[in-house]
Amino acid sequence: MMTSAGKVFRTGRLYALLSIFAVFSAFPFYWMIIATFKRDHDLFSPTNNPFLFNEPPTLDHLRLLLFDTHFLTYLLNTFLVGMAVVAITLIIAVPAAYSLARWARGWGEMLGIGIFLTYLVPPAILFIPLSRFAAAFGLQESLWSLILIYPTFTIPFCTWLLMGFFKTIPRDIEEQAMIDGLSRLGAMVKVVLPLAISGILTIVVFAFTLSMHEFIYALTFISVSAKKTVSIGVPTELVRGDVFQWGPLMAGALIASTPVAVVYTFFLDRFIAGFTMGAVK
Amino acid sequence: MARVELENISKLFGATTAVNEVNLQTIEGEFLVLLGPSGCGKTTLLRMIAGIETPSSGDIVIDGEKVTHLPPRTRNIAMVFQSYALYPHMTVFKNIAFPLRTRGVDRTAIREKVEQAAGMFGIGSLLERKPRELSGGERQRVALARAIVREPSVFLLDEPLSNLDAILRASAREELRLFQRRLGVTTVYVTHDQVEAMGLGDRIVVMNKGRVHQVGTPPEIYQWPADTFVATFVGSPPMNLIEQGDVLAGFRPETFLPAGPATENEGFVTYPFQVTWLEYLGAERLVYGDIGEKCCARHVVSRLPGNISIPIEPGKTYPFAVAKKAIRHFDRASGRLIDTGKT
Repeated sequence: MMTSAGKVFRTGRLYALLSIFAVFSAFPFYWMIIATFKRDHDLFSPTNNPFLFNEPPTLDHLRLLLFDTHFLTYLLNTFLVGMAVVAITLIIAVPAAYSLARWARGWGEMLGIGIFLTYLVPPAILFIPLSRFAAAFGLQESLWSLILIYPTFTIPFCTWLLMGFFKTIPRDIEEQAMIDGLSRLGAMVKVVLPLAISGILTIVVFAFTLSMHEFIYALTFISVSAKKTVSIGVPTELVRGDVFQWGPLMAGALIASTPVAVVYTFFLDRFIAGFTMGAVK
Repeated sequence: MARVELENISKLFGATTAVNEVNLQTIEGEFLVLLGPSGCGKTTLLRMIAGIETPSSGDIVIDGEKVTHLPPRTRNIAMVFQSYALYPHMTVFKNIAFPLRTRGVDRTAIREKVEQAAGMFGIGSLLERKPRELSGGERQRVALARAIVREPSVFLLDEPLSNLDAILRASAREELRLFQRRLGVTTVYVTHDQVEAMGLGDRIVVMNKGRVHQVGTPPEIYQWPADTFVATFVGSPPMNLIEQGDVLAGFRPETFLPAGPATENEGFVTYPFQVTWLEYLGAERLVYGDIGEKCCARHVVSRLPGNISIPIEPGKTYPFAVAKKAIRHFDRASGRLIDTGKT
């Protein structure tokens, strides 16, 4: 009797905790959705219940966002920059993390920490010198400035993250692959990378989201509306002086953040799954 | 089949010498065991033969060809790691087929060879499983099948039985020996377990601190240890060593038995044996105690087979004798064997 009561209590406590957390995570989305579809009058009237539709919903805000601003271009720009940054990050961080994890004994660890420290230098310090660079290379008002500068923070972070993944892959396995007829590079490509796939997917997601929500550099280097990314396009185009166009603003935030939330929710478990289980006893 | 020759091999890791000027030749088709305590350099030596480590100095010759600086894939060696190192993302079939695929063997030949190798180890029904779904013994068989499938000229094994439980280990030992005989592949086997070494090896290489102490057949190693390290490392309990001036006299516990009418002659030496402790192990008894004068009393062990049932109690003294021809003499300073007995 005691045990079943205790069980109920424990399960109840677990569900209560999870419920609080679920509400905490989902509330911003609820807020974005309701603001997107509310009429301005409903939204700004202080006597209305802010959590419900007091007047019939409307598509006006969405229409304004999609057809009267460059929002679709922002999305495309964000996507292009994100993909390019992911590609550059993978090309540099994967070999860097692999060699730091495998070759340099002792020094690898220190270098890894050194690389990670560069991630901690805030963009607020770097954006002025970097804007001089961007000017010197003639990259102002070009997505290329973002594509080349974002890797300065995605690479250190992702290299650090991947080092951890590579370290969990037993050395024996790649040595076995070399004995079984592959070169070191071949062993890395055919055996180590497939085993590190969860780590690589993780850095793809991280590099993409890091570049997606970056603000300072994008604000500094891009001022032409058609070249903007979502993270600056939405706040700069939809806040005019002190007028916040909450409806389209929230619609923009909703459209940009939903895919990321979905990716995190459904794939993160898989990223963390123990891929190397059973490799070595 | 191939010969592996190690010429003056040394390996340094920073300031530590893992392997120190080792010279070794295998005999074609033999089962050579590298035996030593952990950290003695035996695994490093094996990894250098495989090509995973490069020696700091010296040369490795396989089949007359100098391979010292060649990568592993050019050496046609197979290796089984202690961890088995199965590819976790591949099925058993793909694991075994892997060395063939990297060599560009065609599909039908691969299937045929994999099935043959799997059949040899009785894992034909497991081909579609992933390594994590297998038991320890099955994983070991997969690793062995993967090693033999491409018909290597040398077979390297790094403590492949240490992950198996004791019961499985004995049968795996027997299987391993039988299949090595059948294939006739030169095999180098690393272990720290002297029972494995004695049971499996055609010859045993005893190593300590990066050096080779002795190379010989199991009886040679056991009966004529080249120095005090080999004498005390091989055998359980180890050889008794007692001080006699500049010389250490050594004899195996099973040669030190209660004195009787048969031992009262020139061929035996008798000692008063003050027994301090006794262990009854079923098939035998181990008797611990001291012999000799007080000044330089030495602790020795006697191993009494079950058929010697005379009563022995701790705290009492009994006359024990050892045959002179069972006694080995070692130089006290160098530890080297003085009388080789092989004249």
